[in-house]
Amino acid sequence: MGVEGVFRGIMRRIYCKEEVCIGCRLCEVWCRIEHSKSKKVLKAFLYEKERAIQRVQVEERGAVSFALQCRHCEEPDCVYSCISGALYKGNEVVMHDTSRCVGCWSCVLACPYGVIAMDEVRGKAWKCDFCEGVGREEPICVEKCPNEALRLALVLEVEHAESE
Amino acid sequence: MDCKYLVIGNSAGAIAAVEAIREVDREGECIMVAAEKYQAYSRALIPYYLAGEFELEKMYYRAADFYVKNNIRAILGEKAVRIDFLHKEVEIADGQRIRYGKLLLATGSLASVPIIEGLSYSYDSNYGEKFDKEGVFTFTSLDDAIEIKRRVESGFVKKAVVLGGGRIGLMAAEALIRNRLDVTVIKRSERLLPEVFDGTASRMVKNHLKESGLRMLIGHTLKAVTGERSVEGVILNDGTEIKCDLLIIAAGVGPRVELVRDTEVKINRGIVVDRRMKTSVPDVYACGDCAEVYDFAQQDYRLTPVWAAAYAGGRIAGFNMCGLEKEYRWGTNMNSMHFFGLSVITAGISAEDEENGNGYAVLKEIDEEKKIYEKIVIRDNRLIGMILMNKIERGGIFLGLMRAGINVSSFKEELLSDDFGLISLPEELRRGICTGTMKW
Repeated sequence: MGVEGVFRGIMRRIYCKEEVCIGCRLCEVWCRIEHSKSKKVLKAFLYEKERAIQRVQVEERGAVSFALQCRHCEEPDCVYSCISGALYKGNEVVMHDTSRCVGCWSCVLACPYGVIAMDEVRGKAWKCDFCEGVGREEPICVEKCPNEALRLALVLEVEHAESE
Repeated sequence: MDCKYLVIGNSAGAIAAVEAIREVDREGECIMVAAEKYQAYSRALIPYYLAGEFELEKMYYRAADFYVKNNIRAILGEKAVRIDFLHKEVEIADGQRIRYGKLLLATGSLASVPIIEGLSYSYDSNYGEKFDKEGVFTFTSLDDAIEIKRRVESGFVKKAVVLGGGRIGLMAAEALIRNRLDVTVIKRSERLLPEVFDGTASRMVKNHLKESGLRMLIGHTLKAVTGERSVEGVILNDGTEIKCDLLIIAAGVGPRVELVRDTEVKINRGIVVDRRMKTSVPDVYACGDCAEVYDFAQQDYRLTPVWAAAYAGGRIAGFNMCGLEKEYRWGTNMNSMHFFGLSVITAGISAEDEENGNGYAVLKEIDEEKKIYEKIVIRDNRLIGMILMNKIERGGIFLGLMRAGINVSSFKEELLSDDFGLISLPEELRRGICTGTMKW
């Protein structure tokens, strides 16, 4: 049967080069600051009432470390599992409307990367929004990575190219 | 009326299918027919709505202009009543006939209602059960949810009985307790959620429910419902009488297949489909609660009445209806639940206790005080099931390992370590996953 792949576009993706990741966790810190109300480090970490949650996580063991955030999957299982319509696929990015999130954690179960953060106090899930939600052109984690371990890559996304 | 794609249903599977269809074919005439009058809403949100977490508007998980934007003709509030597979025609309640090119059955499930003295019901023209006593509901439709909420908020309802201690019953009970009702759950079997919980999970969640103030009477069934016009109480099998002014019947759900019963469409417990979601009749597909879909953990087809499986199956059905050959290999029985703040996820084959030994290897960690329970079931060095309680954040990685059928023998000891993550996986696998070169 003859439906060819549908060209979706050239997508930006964040990758971490683990050989040069030094495990400094500055990406985590900046992610939280950027997504906080005040965008000030002290307030973001200590004094804001509604504290922002970081959406990137450094995994570390011995000499190996890398940062990982939402992969913005072509076929996002989290979106397909979302019972409230909070998660949806934008043009380039998997977005999350936290005002619709009820904290059912279906996305946490569905995400094979384990990169959806659970905020049990507010009953909300949080995930990387590529900094679109804070109006940045480029994700803050990439910009602030001191060793250029986190970088942007352009990926050609062709949907339905192969039969699965 | 003529269309290329006809979808019967308007919930997760149906919406997934039309969304997939529109990714491939933006023009082909597409019609949705559903018994309920509402725009697509989330049945899974009913307990949250009842608990008062948000307004009615948020039940609708797609925007109001969804149908218009996607160029879909939605005929809502009209039940499909007959299908003529030879002429490829569906007749709906108002007498209209719709000819289809491809047909999707996404009719969902119906609440099971046991036979109870003093209680009878009929299916109303729209959806769901209409009981002969006021104050009795199932917990599966928006109409029910709205009416229950109205009664609860009126302040006249003080005592509720929930029949059934399954997932829906427990969530209903919790929502009612949050509305400050006096709630009693009546449950027949000893084991909580016997499809997915093993003895340990059942015991730990039961303890937690008890500590949270939930009254649950185990080992009981309902013998009778009392009251004339409205429910006034229930009588248990042992004669105990409990007064109540609200009765929720949450005794499970079954596939809704009456539309195709005694037709050429093959039905086992649900509608039989293949990996492409095709039924036994050409050009007819099925997905969601009404179908028996492939379960990769069981390596067999079975009813999988969970939201995520309905959506994923509907998506595959939609692609195949457009001529794109895709296989559903995604689903198993997977559940994400929380009871009074205790979160539990399960997937695959998880309910067996080791002493009943099916020969699968099991890894376990238990911390009774912190209410943490982790269990992983392994067959031939591959994950086939799990239960995670109160420590679920990286649980999706396990499901990923399950789906991808990864041999875990080289990192088995890592799986339940405190800092388990992608970093616990062998380097090649980890790099493949993180850089997207491996389809994960």
